[in-house]
Amino acid sequence: MSERITTADVVKVAKLARLDLDPAAIERTTAQLAGMLEHFADIDALDLGDVQPMNQPYPLVNVFRDDVIVAGLNRDEVLAAAPDAEDGRFRVPPILGLDS
Amino acid sequence: MSETSVSQGTTGTAGSFVYTAGPATGNEILIDGWELIVGLEVHVELATLTKLFSASANRFGDDPNTNIDPVTLGLPGALPVLNRHAVELAMRIGLALNCTIQPSTFHRKNYFYPDMPKAYQISQYDQPINVNGFLALPDGKQIGIERAHLEEDTGKSTHFGGTGGRIHGSDYSLIDFNRAGVPLVEIVSRPDIRTAEEARQYVTELRSILVAIGASDAKMEEGSMRCDANVSVHKPGTPYGTRCEIKNVNSIRSLGRAIEYEARRQIDMNDAGETVRQETRHWDENDGRTHTLRSKEDADDYRYFLEPDLVPLHPSAEWIQAVRDAMPMLPGARRARLSQATGVPADAEAIMVVVERGQDDYVLAVAAAGGDVGRALVHVKEAFADEGATPTVPAADLAGLTLLEVRGSITATQAKTVLADIVAAGGGDATAIAAAKGFEAMDTGALEAMVDQVLADNPVAWAKYCSGEDKAMGALVGAAMKASQGKADGKLVTALVQAKRKG
Amino acid sequence: MSAPTSASSAVQIAAGVRSGQLKAADVLEEHLARIDNREGEIHAFNLVLADQARAAAAAVDAAVAAGNDPGPLAGVPVALKDNMCTHGIATTCSSKILDGWKPPYDATVVTRLIAAGAVTVGKTNLDEFAMGSSTENSAFGATRNPRDTSRVPGGSSGGSAAAVAAGFSSVSLGSDTGGSIRQPAALCGVVGVKPTYGYVSRYGLVAFASSLDQIGPFTNTVEDAALLLDVIGGHDPMDSTSIPAPQPSLLGAIQQGVEGLRVGRITDLPEGADPDVVERLEAAFDALRAAGATIVDVQVPAFSYGLTAYYLIAPAEASSNLARYDGVRYGMRVNAPDTNSMYGVTRTAGFGDEVKRRIMLGTYALSAGYYDAYYGKALKVRRMIADDFDRAYQRADVLLTPTSPTVAFPFGAKGDNPFAMYLCDVYTIPTNLAGHPGMSVPFGTGAEGLPVGVQVLSGTLGEPQMFRTAAALERAMGAAK
Ligand SMILES: [Mg+2]
Ligand SMILES: [Zn+2]
Repeated sequence: MSERITTADVVKVAKLARLDLDPAAIERTTAQLAGMLEHFADIDALDLGDVQPMNQPYPLVNVFRDDVIVAGLNRDEVLAAAPDAEDGRFRVPPILGLDS
Repeated sequence: MSETSVSQGTTGTAGSFVYTAGPATGNEILIDGWELIVGLEVHVELATLTKLFSASANRFGDDPNTNIDPVTLGLPGALPVLNRHAVELAMRIGLALNCTIQPSTFHRKNYFYPDMPKAYQISQYDQPINVNGFLALPDGKQIGIERAHLEEDTGKSTHFGGTGGRIHGSDYSLIDFNRAGVPLVEIVSRPDIRTAEEARQYVTELRSILVAIGASDAKMEEGSMRCDANVSVHKPGTPYGTRCEIKNVNSIRSLGRAIEYEARRQIDMNDAGETVRQETRHWDENDGRTHTLRSKEDADDYRYFLEPDLVPLHPSAEWIQAVRDAMPMLPGARRARLSQATGVPADAEAIMVVVERGQDDYVLAVAAAGGDVGRALVHVKEAFADEGATPTVPAADLAGLTLLEVRGSITATQAKTVLADIVAAGGGDATAIAAAKGFEAMDTGALEAMVDQVLADNPVAWAKYCSGEDKAMGALVGAAMKASQGKADGKLVTALVQAKRKG
Repeated sequence: MSAPTSASSAVQIAAGVRSGQLKAADVLEEHLARIDNREGEIHAFNLVLADQARAAAAAVDAAVAAGNDPGPLAGVPVALKDNMCTHGIATTCSSKILDGWKPPYDATVVTRLIAAGAVTVGKTNLDEFAMGSSTENSAFGATRNPRDTSRVPGGSSGGSAAAVAAGFSSVSLGSDTGGSIRQPAALCGVVGVKPTYGYVSRYGLVAFASSLDQIGPFTNTVEDAALLLDVIGGHDPMDSTSIPAPQPSLLGAIQQGVEGLRVGRITDLPEGADPDVVERLEAAFDALRAAGATIVDVQVPAFSYGLTAYYLIAPAEASSNLARYDGVRYGMRVNAPDTNSMYGVTRTAGFGDEVKRRIMLGTYALSAGYYDAYYGKALKVRRMIADDFDRAYQRADVLLTPTSPTVAFPFGAKGDNPFAMYLCDVYTIPTNLAGHPGMSVPFGTGAEGLPVGVQVLSGTLGEPQMFRTAAALERAMGAAK
């Protein structure tokens, strides 16, 4: 948490999160995140060397289901709720920027 | 990763290849002084009934979006629950590849793509279920297996408009989520492969293993087995070169072509003083080249973190042992067994083919029925291409044929003719068929006269046999077969010699 | 038999309906009448389901008439936070991005409520995707506190707290990720419970932060909360994090008093609670001592780091959980020339400011180069907090703290400063991080006659002693009235 978050960081993060932030929103968000990250300085000083991270509160292992088919969802019901559908499938605009 | 999801790298394997200086051994296979270094990442769909984290069907070829449920579609509120059978199949793969099965966890790999419903793929990252194994090629060379981990498949995008269904320049895409959530095991080799042929052998052998253990149908044409290649070149004794990842290889043949093309491209660049860039490249079957998909700098930031909706997987020693006990004999071991029985090398074509067809048990059954195992191997390889793993011809019938051959009653060419009849009829008595075709043995009178002559010509062996040394029979029968130029029936000769001792 | 009154508890309603002495339809009409009367002012609901509720109540009455038992919640009107999936009924999370989406399946809690004979009256308002502490962050307008309509009901389950406080439903369900049940319960003067993580299935609860979220009840009485948890709790094979252990009946547990129970006072609790709140907490200690409990001092040194760890962990998980709102399969889409731009415009238009802020923070905390400094560190702090609590629970069976540092505050009081709002949850958050149960019990009033809640905490699966303590506090308040 050493260096301060920059607008360049925020631009990169917004892109990762697929949020379109205009320049004003980038400025505002940078200031807000910087302010919050400053509050987080309290855990910076802690000696956490030997502490194991805690990902889940209740320690369970080996939770399984059996390999048995259960009837799923009705396609028509699902596609009726979709923003756009065609021919039994979900329709999306052209997929760009990933193939050149 | 989906075939069309081209912005993606390798799940959890970034930086996994140790690209340190390779020692010069003097045994390198060189192309214009360059050594090829290949590692393969193979995704296989597991042969489960249901998906990795939900109970909808894992079935290829169904109508689009008919195998869907809240988990498959990433609906709000849906939660994954791990398929026990998928874990068991992953363990089988690990055991077949000589891996250590270890406690493992699932991570989220975050990225946006329309065929990735939750905008994250659940995959094993830094603690995969299987690590540190190897696959032995038929010639005995071991290719290291770094890991074989569980993850979920994506849906399928189909592109419309523009030119010929390609993603680039299309007007829109349609998404089918039937494949989303299908269990995959991603098998990551170490960069131990040195030629395109070795790569082909590796994938061929892997495929045989996967089918043998029932883990996957491993059909590259249907996409249930998909292969990416990490390719680099270097001069022996120098550090490994920059590698490129080749995607979209849809057959074993293409894999070899793609590697050969890519090696040539990198060697030519190096020889021209250009720098090979680390990038993902796409194999184009039509023009026979690889093309840049994206460079390393465009790499996404997947923000891996432990999947909080799943708990760790700790297979018990008992469970692992039970899976091990239920494993069938693997192709390599079956080849070794047949090699042992026949004295033919394990990577000889006949053994490769017969084991691939699963007919090795049958060959051994022919031997057990008193037949000649070497002739049985040849006949099964040549004449049983249309028979399954359990041929319709009774093993005793083929055994009879091989005996006629080794006794010299019929020639190899005659044997083929007889066998064709036996296969066509689903069985038959070789002696009778040979007789019917006029491939007959000597008549009894002539045979007896010949045997008398043989006993007279071999007094030492005859004396030994008469004094109770049964082993001496072999020499007498052998001499008789020789004298008859292969036309005598060994069984009859034996009977005659026995009769003469008693008499 | 006279018609029920708003004072009637769920336990009484269910007993009356099951015995045929009460009609579920009459109970429902009384609640619907109160909704007619005051919902315009309160805005507890995103959706009132009067017709479906009438059909459900009629079915309950018919079952009783036919000699069947509709179940332990027979005829009890229940409201559901609008982040729980209801088949064919809109579930919005108070977000434009899900506006109009009708889930094709029921959450496990919904299935269990219906199977127990409960009657769903509506879907309640919340801070968008449960991110907030005032229910001001709803895309569909704020909810008002029934005790003082110039003030917030707390949040994020403000609608569910208000629905019970206003008598719109006998009980309701909320979800609690950092205090979202307990804090609004305190501010609205009702009972609110956040069970042990894994006690209640999360299947069908729209995720905010998966390792912290738990569903729990809002009720007028501790006994009702026990009844509701007995119904909705228990192992669910659809949720891998659901605890497979059997759960003892809480209705049974509350029959026991607190004689000999060790009640802990956290001596190093973060300061900042208002004096009226502190005064009620002291009164609660006194009441429990009087009831036979022993008060012991304990330390939970890492308690004060909870807020920091929470505001890294929860947004990180949320940034991933909310990535699925991409305009492809359901919910809102804003059209764009290509898919990647469609993601951006859809998500930008569909999410409110607070949600976007947390997605940004969480994405940053997980991103390459920052994971160890932020998310990774927060997970270690989380362990410290859980370990400190575990040490405290060796000395005490339950702990007592304020639920909220303040009573209900006026709209807009926290201004534009996100951190000021986050401080509302300073006493509730550490429990979520540890995965422990906590509940808020109304314990009198503070400034301007507004309700004050006392928070009872316990260790993993410590629900029985937590409920015993809460019941004792409730009895003490009843005796004081
Ligand atoms: Mg990969
Ligand atoms: Zn993969």
